[in-house]
Amino acid sequence: MKHDYDSGAYWKETLKLLRNVLILWFLVSFGAGILFVDFFNQFHLGGYPLGFWFAQQGSIYFFVGQIFYYAWRMNNLDIKFDVQED
Amino acid sequence: MFKKTEDKKMDLQTTIYIMVGLSFSLYIGIAIWARAGSTSEFYSAGGSVHPVLNGMATGADWMSAASFISMAGLISNMGYGGGLFLMGWTGGYVLLAMLLAPYLRKFGKFTVPQFIGDRFYSKGAAIVAVMCLLTASLTYIIGQMTGVGVAFSRFLGVSSEIGIYVGMGIVFLYAVFGGMKGITYTQVAQYVVLILAYTIPAIFISLQLTGHFLPQIGLGSNIVGQDVSLLAKLDSVVTDLGFGKYTTTTAGSTLNMFVYTLSLMIGTAGLPHVIMRFFTVPTVKDARSSAGWALVFIAILYTTAPAVAAMAKMNLIRTVTPGVVMQGSDPYAADSAIEYAARPDWMKRWEKTGLLKFEDKNGDGRIQYYEDKTKNEVAKGKAAAAGWKGNELTVNADIIVLANPEIALLPNWVIGLVAAGGLAAALSTAAGLLMAISAAVSHDLIKNVFVPSISEKGELLAGKIAMAVAIVVAGWLGLNPPGFAAGTVALAFGIAASSLFPAIMMGIFSKKMNKEGAIAGMLAGLAVTLFYVFAHKGIFFVKGTDFLPLIGGANSFFGITPEAFGAIGALVNFAVAFIVFKMTPEPPEHIQHMVEAVRIPRGSKLVNGAH
Repeated sequence: MKHDYDSGAYWKETLKLLRNVLILWFLVSFGAGILFVDFFNQFHLGGYPLGFWFAQQGSIYFFVGQIFYYAWRMNNLDIKFDVQED
Repeated sequence: MFKKTEDKKMDLQTTIYIMVGLSFSLYIGIAIWARAGSTSEFYSAGGSVHPVLNGMATGADWMSAASFISMAGLISNMGYGGGLFLMGWTGGYVLLAMLLAPYLRKFGKFTVPQFIGDRFYSKGAAIVAVMCLLTASLTYIIGQMTGVGVAFSRFLGVSSEIGIYVGMGIVFLYAVFGGMKGITYTQVAQYVVLILAYTIPAIFISLQLTGHFLPQIGLGSNIVGQDVSLLAKLDSVVTDLGFGKYTTTTAGSTLNMFVYTLSLMIGTAGLPHVIMRFFTVPTVKDARSSAGWALVFIAILYTTAPAVAAMAKMNLIRTVTPGVVMQGSDPYAADSAIEYAARPDWMKRWEKTGLLKFEDKNGDGRIQYYEDKTKNEVAKGKAAAAGWKGNELTVNADIIVLANPEIALLPNWVIGLVAAGGLAAALSTAAGLLMAISAAVSHDLIKNVFVPSISEKGELLAGKIAMAVAIVVAGWLGLNPPGFAAGTVALAFGIAASSLFPAIMMGIFSKKMNKEGAIAGMLAGLAVTLFYVFAHKGIFFVKGTDFLPLIGGANSFFGITPEAFGAIGALVNFAVAFIVFKMTPEPPEHIQHMVEAVRIPRGSKLVNGAH
């Protein structure tokens, strides 16, 4: 049941991907939607003030995109390190 | 009765009965088709549900009576600050998809306490987790049962007691016989019903106000026939009436909104009945994408909700002061507000439920709807000059979604559909919670702690009995709400965020975290959260036992409200776990190997075949 994969390197890459996705996750919701909402509200997206849009619409769209991006990248990582399911 | 049905338009009550009846027969049909034969089918649907269907079921499981009925109303009152529910209840899925779901699926057992017990090589840890799970799930389910009661009594004209009995019976049928398999396929059907019920009225209303059929676009568009955007118009109309500006009013301080949002996110990721869904997909790969599909289906409702909220606020003001929104007339003019006697039918209907109240404070026979506690001096002056003596119309937040189709004068079948949708939301969440409770009792307590020698058949029976008992307890609590129903959802999220989420996360991301650290962390996080919540709401929500002076007054911790405190509890959990872990021995070698194995997808089918 031994495979010759490098689980240490696989995990390192996984954590790097997690970190990057979580930074974006934080920026769209807590950043644009809460902390810097006033700054973003200067701009408009149609009739939406931009900060308001991030808080009530945009962050949700980003969340969905992020999960699929993460899933896609992880599946590639699995194959690269030969740890995918048989 | 007969006279009415002879009319071209079918009687409203009959339409509602038909809609609800059709949806219920669908659920029962599915229950009969998807009976569970083995414990694996009972707990995790045999691990064989397609990720898209699993995502849909998770969506229905997740979106409770609170999401369907209450959320848009809350946002409608809070404006921008209401975004914390939208971000908090969706952002948790990113954490779930990346930090928990794939690894728990690889671990390959049925329940959250089982993971915590095995990973921290301790029955004590498993028992602590079971207690957290039972408290969180039972408090959560009370709200669903009362929701079922409210929906029945308003729409079907039966008492809310009978409503709860009928609800208990239906859930009993498909949850007890179908287990996770029955629940999952019923939830797929319930998702379809609830999402149609939510979006169809929203589309009609968006078309009426903005001419756009997508509410998400409509909310960012101009009002029909005017050169001003809906949100800008709403901002000016509500500030004129003394309310806070719709697009900028925050929920307390920025810090509170930040912490509240974070608490809802990690609470979502730590709620056992949600996590459990990811044991039902076949592979680790599927577990990753299934969380994404769940969020797609949830996002359809969650991006519609802010449009429903803003448009309902607009329609309400438009109903009370007809000229203000479309013609831009002055709300303070003498003949601007409608006369009480001339109010529309839907207001009369909702007055009967007590959720909508009118009190003619200045005795002019007209309805004045404004913010009478405003700090806006201009609005205050105008109200005084017009002879207004205080706000005269109180609208319960729960009405907004349920009465939405009536406010917009939509056809009867839409109102019937909304009734069926509200019931679908409450029933699907109740079933998911019952499943988590049943698995915790029969699998984590009976099989793994008290009677390890129990046969598969015996365990299956124990699971069904536990579920039946839980249904009766939940129904009883729904019939006799212990006076703390309102605070319970906050408690459920607080517990999940402060105890379960950090423990699971440390179990995956730290190879060295030991049982002492994990148990101390869970207990500390839980204790500090309960302490803060009970200080505000009373010990176990018993009235009069609150102890605010002891902690220095309400929201004394940097202005953070008790509902928002879960994230602080989670921080305490992490900190205590780390300190205790530094002072105690490392976990055994085989546990560290287990963590390494959990991190790698290969071999998931082997693990799955083991039970």
